[in-house]
Amino acid sequence: MTMQDSHSLAPGRHSARTTTPGPVDQGADVQPYVTADGRRIGGVLMDLRNITLRFGGVEAIKNISFDIREGEIRAIIGPNGAGKSSMLNVISGFYVPQEGEVWFKGFRRGPMRPYQVARLGIARTFQNIALFDGMTVLDNIMTGRLTMMKSNMLQQALWWGTAEREEIAHREKVEKIIDFLEIQNIRKTPVGRLPYGLKKRVELARALAAEPGLLLLDEPMAGMNVEEKEDMSRFILDVNDEFGTTIALIEHDMGVVMDLSDRVVVMDYGRKIGDGTPDEVRNNQAVIDAYLGVAHD
Amino acid sequence: MFYREAGDFKTTYSDDSQTFPLQLDRMGYYAVLAVAFLVVPFVIDDYWATSVMVPFLIYAIATLGLNILTGYAGQVSLGTGGFMAVGAYATYKLTTSFPDISILIHIVLAGFITALVGMLFGLPSLRIKGFYLAVATLAAQFFLVWLFNKVPWFYNYSASGQITMPERTVLGQLVTGPSVSAPAKYLVCLVFAVALAWLARNLTRGMLGRQWMAIRDMDIAAEIIGVNPLKAKLTAFGVSSFLIGIAGALFFAVYLGAAEVGEAFGINKSFLVLFMVIIGGLGSIFGSFAGAAFLVLLPVFLKNVLVGGMGWPTDLAAHVELMIVGALIVFFLIVEPHGLAQLWRLTKEKLRLWPFPH
Repeated sequence: MTMQDSHSLAPGRHSARTTTPGPVDQGADVQPYVTADGRRIGGVLMDLRNITLRFGGVEAIKNISFDIREGEIRAIIGPNGAGKSSMLNVISGFYVPQEGEVWFKGFRRGPMRPYQVARLGIARTFQNIALFDGMTVLDNIMTGRLTMMKSNMLQQALWWGTAEREEIAHREKVEKIIDFLEIQNIRKTPVGRLPYGLKKRVELARALAAEPGLLLLDEPMAGMNVEEKEDMSRFILDVNDEFGTTIALIEHDMGVVMDLSDRVVVMDYGRKIGDGTPDEVRNNQAVIDAYLGVAHD
Repeated sequence: MFYREAGDFKTTYSDDSQTFPLQLDRMGYYAVLAVAFLVVPFVIDDYWATSVMVPFLIYAIATLGLNILTGYAGQVSLGTGGFMAVGAYATYKLTTSFPDISILIHIVLAGFITALVGMLFGLPSLRIKGFYLAVATLAAQFFLVWLFNKVPWFYNYSASGQITMPERTVLGQLVTGPSVSAPAKYLVCLVFAVALAWLARNLTRGMLGRQWMAIRDMDIAAEIIGVNPLKAKLTAFGVSSFLIGIAGALFFAVYLGAAEVGEAFGINKSFLVLFMVIIGGLGSIFGSFAGAAFLVLLPVFLKNVLVGGMGWPTDLAAHVELMIVGALIVFFLIVEPHGLAQLWRLTKEKLRLWPFPH
């Protein structure tokens, strides 16, 4: 299914233009703590409660609840068709679930358009790269700063006052990200001409440029060789470490997932079958059955 | 050897993001501007003004407008002729209702009115794309022409159904009407073309331009990073129609002097401007000027060669001219789908290495 199709088939996509913040969440009673490697894990950033998502008669997600805590790297894993990407689309506001609640930063999130979710500070990358091919790397990353730009059309048309100052201020921020991801040499190259691995990196840069509170990565290492995977893992860890960005990611490479993440959610056939630290998940019988298969008698 | 960025160091981001990063480019651009403003007005005669320079500049503005919509924001439009008509009729109504206000102000106001009309007809773009949007804008084309034909208020109840531009002056100099001088016509169009190209360039290199291109390249990803598609598409329609409206106003007020809507602003005009965009290069300011120059100059050039040089009868030459222009369009689409702008870019890349390419 192409992205276009999934867009029009999105179930329960409400056209409500505004967010309806609910009361402050009382359920977030989780205590902050510091991990062994010195990272600070805070309270609950995003809480998904009893999410059910249907496409017509198909239940893609069945009554799933889990939370993402501030500063952690949260992985969602599962076999093909388990509903991982749907879950990510629910988090990023692309799909609105028929049942359940999405709480973000202590507020219940109403049905929103994707660009409104972006303004809340949730950025994402896509499984099959969704960059703007006709634009340069620099322009692609600059689009990530969009929600922070304030100059109006007249100022931009005259390239005067706020417009130019703002452009330069944001360019400085973007250049830091370019340095961070080591893509200085390609900043003026049109994205369409780049190889796959670099495109993935540019997409990460664009998401980072938005300075997101929650960064969603949909298979950041799909189709990469070992070296590229190592680079990408290093960038993900560095992002989490240096910017304190909370990251939720989907990944198939178990080695990578177990090494990177603090906690893992395991899905199978739309259900949650495991949740916990990598070690807990690794020894969970249901997870082992889902991945290795089990004899049905 | 001389045309390259080596040694041309940028120390600030504002230097780096300027329109012409290479010094030689900058100098060339200022030289062209200087010639256009300081030399051409003194040497231009009636023939050059009416058959070359004025239509070139006006079509360049219209092409720029359509290029913003189609080339930058990716929304196909076949309503250009209709929007030019809105600009023309708005100017006519404004200048006959308020004859004391400067015609320049009326032309700009006509641009704003066209922008509103354009945004109205741009609303369907939120739901439909590609060919379907093209058909929707085609409806705008036919509806607007029909409207200006049908409602006598628009042509001040004149018996012929035509609109005729009264004589107007700028700084004491006649700029419209039958007896206007060639340099005046040329200068009015030049000022508008340069100013609008500058505005278009600023918009396209800034955040608004990035939003347009993001919508063009991948609308869903654009929405996910925070582009409001409603705003991006409607601003594209608005800015595009603003430029096209001004082109229509100039086309009527300065170039034609009198117009009948079906003839002057029919579907042919929409296609002509679209061809200019495609031949010039989608998503390029330079391409807009190149495309307009190509399609304005080529027929003039062919006519001079065939009739003047080879002594063919005029009607035969006219037909052959159509065939040659058509064939060239097909040739261009096959050989260089990205238009003259891309050819120019490739030439510049080659020039950077010249004369030692290895």
